[in-house]
Amino acid sequence: MGVFSGLGDKLKHVFSKLTARGKLDEYEIKQAMREIRIALLEADVNFTVVKDFISKISERAKGEEIVKSVTPGQQVVKIVHDELVELMGSKNAKLAVSSKPPTIIMMCGLQGAGKTTMCGKLGALLKKQGKKPLLVACDIYRPAAINQLQVVGKNVGLEVFEKGTQKPAKTAEQAVKHATNNGFDTVIIDTAGRLHINDDLMRELEEVKKVVSPTEILLTVDAMTGQDAVTVATTFNQRLDVTGVILTKLDGDTRGGAALSIKAVTGKPIKFCGVGEKSGDIEVFHPDRMASRILGMGDIVSLVEKAQEAMDEEAIKKMEKRVKDANFTLDDFLVQFESLKKMGGISEVMQMLPGMGGRFKFNEKDIDEKRIEKFKAIICSMTKKEREHPEIVKSSRRRRICAGSGTTIQDVNQLLKQFEQTRDMMKKMKNNKGRLPF
Amino acid sequence: MGIFAKIKNALKKTKDAIAYRLNKLFTGGVLNDDFYDELEMILLSADIGSETTESILDELKTQIDKKHVKKSAEVRILLKEIMHDILDFELPKEEYPLVILIAGVNGVGKTTTIGKLANNYKKAGKSVTIVAGDTFRAAASDQLTVWADRAGVRIVKQGEGSDAAAVVYDALQSAKSKNTQVTLIDTAGRLHNKVNLMEELKKIDRIIDREFPEAMRLNYIVLDATTGQNALSQVDLFNEAIDIDGIILTKLDGTAKGGVVLGIAGEQEVPVVYVGVGEGIDDLEKFDIDDFVSGIVDAE
Repeated sequence: MGVFSGLGDKLKHVFSKLTARGKLDEYEIKQAMREIRIALLEADVNFTVVKDFISKISERAKGEEIVKSVTPGQQVVKIVHDELVELMGSKNAKLAVSSKPPTIIMMCGLQGAGKTTMCGKLGALLKKQGKKPLLVACDIYRPAAINQLQVVGKNVGLEVFEKGTQKPAKTAEQAVKHATNNGFDTVIIDTAGRLHINDDLMRELEEVKKVVSPTEILLTVDAMTGQDAVTVATTFNQRLDVTGVILTKLDGDTRGGAALSIKAVTGKPIKFCGVGEKSGDIEVFHPDRMASRILGMGDIVSLVEKAQEAMDEEAIKKMEKRVKDANFTLDDFLVQFESLKKMGGISEVMQMLPGMGGRFKFNEKDIDEKRIEKFKAIICSMTKKEREHPEIVKSSRRRRICAGSGTTIQDVNQLLKQFEQTRDMMKKMKNNKGRLPF
Repeated sequence: MGIFAKIKNALKKTKDAIAYRLNKLFTGGVLNDDFYDELEMILLSADIGSETTESILDELKTQIDKKHVKKSAEVRILLKEIMHDILDFELPKEEYPLVILIAGVNGVGKTTTIGKLANNYKKAGKSVTIVAGDTFRAAASDQLTVWADRAGVRIVKQGEGSDAAAVVYDALQSAKSKNTQVTLIDTAGRLHNKVNLMEELKKIDRIIDREFPEAMRLNYIVLDATTGQNALSQVDLFNEAIDIDGIILTKLDGTAKGGVVLGIAGEQEVPVVYVGVGEGIDDLEKFDIDDFVSGIVDAE
C-alpha cells in the first residue's frame, strides 16, 4: 500500500502524455476519473456517493477549457476539490440557539464515537463563549459512563446532572427543569452509544426527543468510519431528524471520506470536529480543508495556520530579516525549535503534510524529539559569540559545550551540521522568494 | 440536491438491497462486465478497499479461466475460497502463564473486550488478573472494575492520571505472586499517529518482557468493524510499535462487514482472532472465517 501519494501526483501521470491545449480530452478524463474514484474509495467515501460524484464531475470536466497557467492534472484536481467543498459546505453550520432558553443539545451516535468526550468539549467551548451549560448524563448502559461524564464535567468546570439509571427521557426532562430553575442557558444531553439497528434503543432516543424537543440533535461520528457511515447516518437521521453532525478523531491520519458520505445522504451540516484528547481540542468544520484531506493532499491550510499561531509575529519578522541578510544564527535556530514544539512536535507537523498521512518513513533519528531537547541544551551552553558565529566552535570549545550541556561531541557536531544545512536551505528559500521548501 | 435524494433512495433498504443483489448476482447466468462491476460494488461496500478488491477480482478471474467456470453460482464458491485463503492463518497455541496486551485507537471497545476475554478464560477454568492500564480516560478503571466484577476476576488498578507503565509493573508483580494464569492488560486508546503515546505503549510492552519473561505473550489490537481503510494504517503502526499477534474485530453486530481485515491479512499478515458481536459478557466469539466470508457474499 505504501505512502498515500496525493491525487495530484497520480493525475500528473495520467496527463503526462497530454500536450495539446484546448478542452480536456474524453479519454484522459476517463483515466483521471478512475484515479479520482480510487482516491475517494481509499478515503472511505461510500461507493454509491463516489459513483454519483464521479458522473457529476465528468460532466463538468468535459466542457472545461484548460487554463494556460496550470496543468490539466491540476485543473481536474481543482474541479474535484471545488465540487467537494461545495458538497460538504453549509450555511447553517453554527449552533442554533433557542429563542426560549435553555437551548437543548442532544448528542447521539454509535458506541465509541466519542459522545461523552465531545459533550465536555462542546460545554467548555460554550462556557468560553459566555454561556452557562449543564451536562446531562443519559447513558445508563455503559458501565461507569455517568462517572466518566462527571469527571469530564469536573475537568472543564461544568455541572453534571444525573439521576442514576432511571429512564433517560425522565432524566432529560428533569434536567431541563433544573436548568430553567437554576439559570443554565444550555443543556447538553449525553446519550448511550447504540447501534442504529437496535430498535429499542433508537426508540429510547425518540422518547428523549419527544419530551425535551432539542434545539440541536447532533450525530457524533468517528471520522475513521468506512462504507457503513451512510447506513448509520441515514438511520439516525430518519428516526431523529438530526440537525447536524460532529466528526471526531480527526487528529488521526484518516482521510475522512465519511464526512462526504454523511453530508451526501443526510444533507445535514457538519458543525464541529474533534481534533485531540484535551478539552480544547474542538474546531469548527472547514469544508475546504476536509476536501484536501479526502483527496490526500494534506492539510496545508491547517499547517500554515498552526505555524502562524506558534510563531509570534515579531519573531517571524525578525527571522525574515535575518534570512534576508543571510544572518541566520543558532539563536534563530533555537527559536525554530521552540515554535516547532508549540506546533505539537515534528511528528504532528509531518503528518499534516501532503503524502505523509501518518505514514512518513523518515529516518527515525531525524524526528526524535529528544534530540531536539539535546540540541536546545547545546545551544544554551554556548556563548553569545558562538551562537552568532558557529564557525568559531572548534575542538576546545566543543569539549566545553558538550560538558556544559551533558551531551557528547557527536551531538555537538550533529547540531552544527544540521544548522549549516538549515542555513543553506534558508538561503535557497530566499532565492525562492520566501516560499516554503516543501 | 438531486444527488442527495438519489442516494437516499438507493440506500433506503441497504440491507435488503444487498441481499437481493447478491442473490440476483449469483443466480443470474452470464459472467460479463456487469457481473464483475456488481461484484466489485459488493466487495467495496464491505470495506474491502479498492486495492484488495481489485486483487481478489483478478485472482477470481484467473481461477474462473483455469477451472472453466461458467455458472455464477460456482463463482460464489470460488470467491469464498479466495477470501478464506487470505484470512487463513495458523494461530499459536496458548500457554500459561499468559499475558495479553490489548491496544487500539479510542472508542473501539478495548475495555469491553477485556471484560469478555476475562469471562472466557474464567469459564475455561483459568485464574485471571485484569490490569487497568488506561489511566487517561475519565472513569476508565471504574468501567473496567464493573467488567471484572461481572466476570468474577481480580483487577489491579491505581488512580486516574497515574503512570500506566508503573501500573503495569506493579500488576505484573502481583500477578506473578498470585500465580495468575492469564493477565489481561487494558491500555488507553491512542491514535496510532501520535508518537508520544506510541512510545508509552512500547514502554509497557518492554516492561512486560522484562518483568515476566517466563510468560507467553500475545499483543492484540482491537479494531472497530465500522472503521474503513484507516484500519490498515492502525495495524501498520501498532504492529511497528509492539508486534501485533492478532486482531479482535468488534461491533460486528451492526451493519458493517469489517472487510478491511482482508486487506490487513493480505498485506500485513495479521490474523483475526476474535470478533465482538454484542454488549453482553458472552458476546465474544472465536473468529470463524466461513461465517465472516459468508456475511459478505451470502444473503442472509
